Amino acid sequence: MSRLRRSMLFVPGNNPGMIRDAHIYGSDSIMFDLEDSVAITEKDAARFLVYKALTQLRYGSKELVVRINDLSSGLGVADLEAIVRARPDVIRLPKTDSAKDVIECEREIERIEREAGIPVGSTGMMAAIESANGVLNAKEIAFSSKRLIGIALGAEDYVTDLKTTRSPEGIELMFARGMIVNAAKAAGIMALDTVYSDVNNEEGFIAEATMIRKMGFDGKSVINPRQIAPLHAVFTPSEKDLMKAHAIMEAIAEANARGSGVASLKGKMIDKPVVARAQYLLEMAERAKTITVEEV
Amino acid sequence: MFDFDKIPHINEVSACHGAYDENNIAEKSLVSFAERQQESKKVLPSIEEAIKRVGLKDGMTISFHHHFRNGDYVVNMVMDVIAKMGFKHLTLAASSLTDCHWPLIDHIKNGVIDHIETSGLRGKLGDAVSHGLMDFPVIFRSHGGRAAAIETGELHIDVAFLGAPSCDPYGNANGYNRDSEEGSCCGSLGYAKLDALYADKCIIITDHLVSFPNTPFGIPESQVDYVVKVDNIGDPNGIMSGATRYTKNPKELLIAKYATEAIVASGYFKNNFSMQMGSGGASLAVARYLREKMIEQDIKCRFALGGITGQIVQMHEEGLVRKILDVQSFDLIAANSVKNNRFHQQIDASYYASYVNKGAAVNQLDFVILSALEVDTDFNVNVMTGSDGVIRGAVGGHPDTAAGASMTVVVCPLLRGRIPTICTKVNTICTPGKTVDVVVTDQGMAVNPARPELKERFIAAGLPVTTIEKLRDRAERIVGTPEPIKYTDKIVGVLMYRDNSVIDVIRQVAD
Repeated sequence: MSRLRRSMLFVPGNNPGMIRDAHIYGSDSIMFDLEDSVAITEKDAARFLVYKALTQLRYGSKELVVRINDLSSGLGVADLEAIVRARPDVIRLPKTDSAKDVIECEREIERIEREAGIPVGSTGMMAAIESANGVLNAKEIAFSSKRLIGIALGAEDYVTDLKTTRSPEGIELMFARGMIVNAAKAAGIMALDTVYSDVNNEEGFIAEATMIRKMGFDGKSVINPRQIAPLHAVFTPSEKDLMKAHAIMEAIAEANARGSGVASLKGKMIDKPVVARAQYLLEMAERAKTITVEEV
Repeated sequence: MFDFDKIPHINEVSACHGAYDENNIAEKSLVSFAERQQESKKVLPSIEEAIKRVGLKDGMTISFHHHFRNGDYVVNMVMDVIAKMGFKHLTLAASSLTDCHWPLIDHIKNGVIDHIETSGLRGKLGDAVSHGLMDFPVIFRSHGGRAAAIETGELHIDVAFLGAPSCDPYGNANGYNRDSEEGSCCGSLGYAKLDALYADKCIIITDHLVSFPNTPFGIPESQVDYVVKVDNIGDPNGIMSGATRYTKNPKELLIAKYATEAIVASGYFKNNFSMQMGSGGASLAVARYLREKMIEQDIKCRFALGGITGQIVQMHEEGLVRKILDVQSFDLIAANSVKNNRFHQQIDASYYASYVNKGAAVNQLDFVILSALEVDTDFNVNVMTGSDGVIRGAVGGHPDTAAGASMTVVVCPLLRGRIPTICTKVNTICTPGKTVDVVVTDQGMAVNPARPELKERFIAAGLPVTTIEKLRDRAERIVGTPEPIKYTDKIVGVLMYRDNSVIDVIRQVAD
């Protein structure tokens, strides 16, 4: 099982205070943003600051992601030139409309890796899909590069493209979410959901998180540290689920000992997919146990 | 057998003698109660008249309370009159002073005030004192230390000028007004109560003169010499904001979450526990999280002490906190609760924290949550001087509660901007490290080595326990080690511990 990515904390790349403390809130990943949260006049400063943070501060075991500007903006390559050399775990490409966008970005990353003497292929990528066209191309995007750890939905630009607005129930995102989660799983990578911007509505946030977990998403971006604990609670298996998973594992172990691949638990059939789900749940619970504060 | 004949003058006893002798001028009043109140000899037309009557002299000590916080008009109003009347060389002994008291700078420059005793200084006044405004250093005492100094006579108050939101013509004064909902309201008069009791002369300054008897009262008429009615004793918005607000700052919430988990794991969180919480963002959030734990585990608090906030009142009204002992009400909800809740008791500063009386409430605390500007690797805490060495804080009840409580928890961020909060040596020692048990930051917590059992319990509970040295190292690795502050040799402030021994001094900052 790959690492947990229940939460990805957005940190504006030009805010030193937030960059410095980004790891203390316990998110699984930290995403330093050079794109939309940074004003055009601050782009250079943010790039420099994030480079310095990545090379000089310690973030423990957190996954470090940097969202660059898209290549067509004229800023993307400069972002890559600096950031790839700072060795983040993942480069997040925004506004991905097609496989070509990913491939072009990958080409630049590979070039920089070679120039800097960094093992080629060690920089991961993720692609954010933020347009109607991108959603239709979700499958080809998800399969476009071995570097991809996941694809994500960027809802704000997407609803603008659809000429609608975001609603509390998220009906306007149903198709995009369905496409993205399906494409990601088909490609064997993670599906990551968009941000929930009303930070004071914890109830709405939990409802959305519960829904996207049910849909098959692996996690969600968060814009405020206060959203991390409730999100993790949604993505952490309950005691009841864990007991059931343990019972399933025991039942199948017993069946296997008898030479059978199928068991029965309280009248319900236990076969391979049920076992796989139980196993996934137990692994997730084990990983979620990691203490959030570590010696860094 | 008692010999009645030996009682002196026993044969001269008659029904009419002493003050009511036929020849004496004292007369029984025959007017109605309502008329009599109009004639109360205690009510004077002006502060100036009151000052004349109490016989203020050059060199005397005058006192004030700080229940009106940054909305206080009384200190500046009284000092202006005193200055105009030409008095010099006074000692001003306030329970504390805040930003709004900057006009004292002129009175100091003009020789009206020679010396100040207080719990804290802030703003322009703190800045001026740190830059050498006064010849004699300011004496800083904790709330308990001040009470003890008053009780032992080390701090003798000649005249107390005590603002009160309500008072009757005989001097029964209180921190709220039971006759009307209008006007100012500060809840408990805890610090003023002791001044009234010990001052040679006591003047109540009120904006609401109500009918006798103003019961229940914070200060009884038996301790009051004169009453002066003025238009305003303070700005209600500065005295009290509505409810102290919940913080939304994620870092404060994180610190509060760790502190709450530490309390729950400490062994002190059991039925009928006692506590004190501060009014800072993280402290307030601890109260909120602790409330959830109390409901979850069906645990009740026997009493909450100290500066009281609306959150403690809410918990009281929900039945989670059985009794409240209130030396100072921090917000309007707390102030109104003193008025309306039977088991919300106002207490004086001595009852709260004095070490010389027959029993102080701080000694009954299971735990206290306190804040800090700096904590050093010996666990000493500074709440007084900023990173530039300038006075910008108050000792308050910090050392008193730290010494009294079974577990003292200090909450603070690891870094404030570019300044490490955890350092090798604090600028100014206000609370000695031996009375501090746990320091909780956003990046882990440290337990005083004197409390290994607490450390064990926290580790068992999965809390992020590290050492104070590691916290300091982490802070310094991120922001570096600040250059030492440059001071001159001149001492501008003396910090007294709660037993009124000198614990540290503050020097003038070099320009």
